[in-house]
Amino acid sequence: MAEVQNIKVTIDNITVEVPMGTTILEAARKVGGEVAPPTMCYYSHLKGSGGKCRTCLVEVSKGSEKDPRPMPKLVASCRTGAMDGMEVKSMTSEKVIDARNGVTEFLLLNHPLDCPVCDQAGECHLQDLSYENGTEATRTTFERRTFEPEDIGPNIQLHMNRCIMCFRCVFAAEQLTDYREHGILDRGEHARISTCISKSLDHDFIGNVIDVCPVGALTDKTFRFKQRVWFTKPMDAHCACTKCSGEVRLWMRGDEVYRVTARKDEWGEVAIASNGKPGWICNECRFEKKKASDWVIEGPSNISRHSVISQGHYNKTVHEPQIGLLAEVIGKQPIMKMDIHDVSDVNKPNVHLSQIDGPAHSEDFK
Amino acid sequence: MKLLLENAHVEGIRYYEAYRKTGGYRALEKALKMTPEELVEEVKKSGLRGRGGAGFPTGLKWSFLAKPEGVPRHLVVNADESEPGTFKDRYLMEFLPHLFIEGMIISSFALGSNVSYVYIRGEYAWIPDILEQAIAEAKANGWLGKNILGTGFDCEIYVHRGAGAYICGEETALIESLEGKRGNPRIKPPFPAIQGVWMRPTVVNNVETIAAVVPIINMGGEEYGKIGVGRSTGTKLMSACGNLKRPGVYEIPFDLSVEEFIFGDEWCQGIANGKKLKACIPGGSSVPILPANLLLKTAKGETRYMNYESLSDGGFQTGSMLGSGGFIVLDEDQCVVRHTMTLAHFYMHESCGQCSPCREGTGWMYRVLKNIENGKGKMEDIYLLWDIQRRIEGNTICPLGDAAAWPVAAAIRHFRDEFEWHVLNPEESQTRNFGLAHYANPLEVVSA
Repeated sequence: MAEVQNIKVTIDNITVEVPMGTTILEAARKVGGEVAPPTMCYYSHLKGSGGKCRTCLVEVSKGSEKDPRPMPKLVASCRTGAMDGMEVKSMTSEKVIDARNGVTEFLLLNHPLDCPVCDQAGECHLQDLSYENGTEATRTTFERRTFEPEDIGPNIQLHMNRCIMCFRCVFAAEQLTDYREHGILDRGEHARISTCISKSLDHDFIGNVIDVCPVGALTDKTFRFKQRVWFTKPMDAHCACTKCSGEVRLWMRGDEVYRVTARKDEWGEVAIASNGKPGWICNECRFEKKKASDWVIEGPSNISRHSVISQGHYNKTVHEPQIGLLAEVIGKQPIMKMDIHDVSDVNKPNVHLSQIDGPAHSEDFK
Repeated sequence: MKLLLENAHVEGIRYYEAYRKTGGYRALEKALKMTPEELVEEVKKSGLRGRGGAGFPTGLKWSFLAKPEGVPRHLVVNADESEPGTFKDRYLMEFLPHLFIEGMIISSFALGSNVSYVYIRGEYAWIPDILEQAIAEAKANGWLGKNILGTGFDCEIYVHRGAGAYICGEETALIESLEGKRGNPRIKPPFPAIQGVWMRPTVVNNVETIAAVVPIINMGGEEYGKIGVGRSTGTKLMSACGNLKRPGVYEIPFDLSVEEFIFGDEWCQGIANGKKLKACIPGGSSVPILPANLLLKTAKGETRYMNYESLSDGGFQTGSMLGSGGFIVLDEDQCVVRHTMTLAHFYMHESCGQCSPCREGTGWMYRVLKNIENGKGKMEDIYLLWDIQRRIEGNTICPLGDAAAWPVAAAIRHFRDEFEWHVLNPEESQTRNFGLAHYANPLEVVSA
């Protein structure tokens, strides 16, 4: 087999070498840190995803070594292949930042901003995006588009109001399950995720749509309103499961397991499991094994980037920016998102979750 | 000079006998004696540009078609003519179906497409029957089917009825819809020339472009290229509508001035009811609107002609586009704000909902415009509108986002005082029109 040719791409003045056929986004992720454009709809494990939310727009200031013309429009980095000698501006382009701010505003236009009662709050990609690219106040004075919460099966609740139409759950259902029961109905502003005539989603792997949802539109019924995510402590655990890899993340408080999710990588996507495949988990692991005794607990999870809960904690595991990089990339120090631990009355700021032995317990905060 | 509509008024031209008598299918006979490469070369020489709106050179598009071994190729004709103000393809298909079918067979031969499709918009409910009848007649006379005229070339044409969506006029959405899926535009690349229908190389062309192939083959590409001005060759069908004395479909030469087209006796005969010309959208609803002074003369003071270059002279600052040829004329009684609101509503309704700027932005623009139109607007709303359209344009998957943003941008650019008047006189704007301002004087040119 022929060797895959390596090409050099320059993103925000940082040159990185990637194999031919890599997208700009994947190359930027290789650089890491704030250079990687935010993504709302792209999901590396789901074929065909991406290109829809337009948050990952970048400016291509030089097409390639052979054809140095810049691209006339901003391009979606998740669906544009990198070329040898390509020069890309992400954080360093005002045009890109403006477009990204615009997309953020558009996404929030019909979003209910009900974060105080939303289960996704704290690990929501739209929250992250708003912290980085949003404005303080909205400019819209119109009534938001609203839907009734929809019951789509025994385990999953759909809040269409919060949905940003990333299509990820549709791709996930299409690619992980044998049959897809839900999809996009209607078009334009009225487009919504739904099942045709109130069907129930009950495939063995359908629970993964909760994990791929970037916002709180698809939530876990067994976890709804039970706990805020930042009060729970994520622990890696595994069990012998015949259907999936059995490698999961438990969200615990004390000895109680509040929630089970797949393990996620620094981009908020399902991490590769030890068998080399994406670690999607089955419904049984996700919804039924809610006792600590069901699991072999490995230890605190590595959490980085896409989570408020990680800020300032888990010191050793936070994504370290590459040394020697920051001098070249002006203004790209990791942005400190709001640290909920600092503003919450519940815990003492001097208690570092990472220094607690084992899962955090309410006793620890007294 | 008429190349397409020359025989449009011959009795029974819709049927095979009359069409054949006027010299129909002669071009096909000639084409089948040539090689496909020669045909593509002829079209290239003719300088024919896509008549669907973008004006991309057809010959170039054809030469981009990938030709992998053993993979069928397809020709898809875009008859999903949904742009408000455009109805030229309908006229062509309704009255000259055989001209169109002949063009399709020639193009299919040139591109090596054995199965070609016509994607026709759902609202044209009666036209598929006309086309299917023409296809049946062509087949009965040996111009379609297996081994056409003993050349060994097989060709089938299928008419596919759309369900009525503007977005399915976008070539990749059209392909998705043709495949039986939801009509969402695909993310390019790959372009249809590499992966189109069923992931096979595909050329998508407008009806008028395909029909224009017939005169090109009849008279030779070089001869055709001599007609017209500069890079606008041949003739163009314009569908004139709005406040005109004589609206309708006209075949125009490219050296016709805009003034002559609107006021000439041979053409639209001026504005209806003795009113004055206020503004015009020269190429279908998505191209920028122009006030009368900039429509008849360019910003440099030169006469504006009905061709690709002259209409886009001055860029979007002081120019517009020929687009698809939907020539919409507004007289002094028309309200530009209301008109823009109607267009914004159309784009909101027709957005596919796939990418965020267009899905959310089109509805936002409509609501802001609705407020202004109904006397509830604020001065900031005009800035807000400008900001919204700026952030939609160029940031979407398909050109619908641009198409939604341009009319709003142009209306604010050229008619800002009318917007401001609506904001400042909320009550008056409900009962009377802004009417004509300085820009309605055709002789006075406002510098950009």
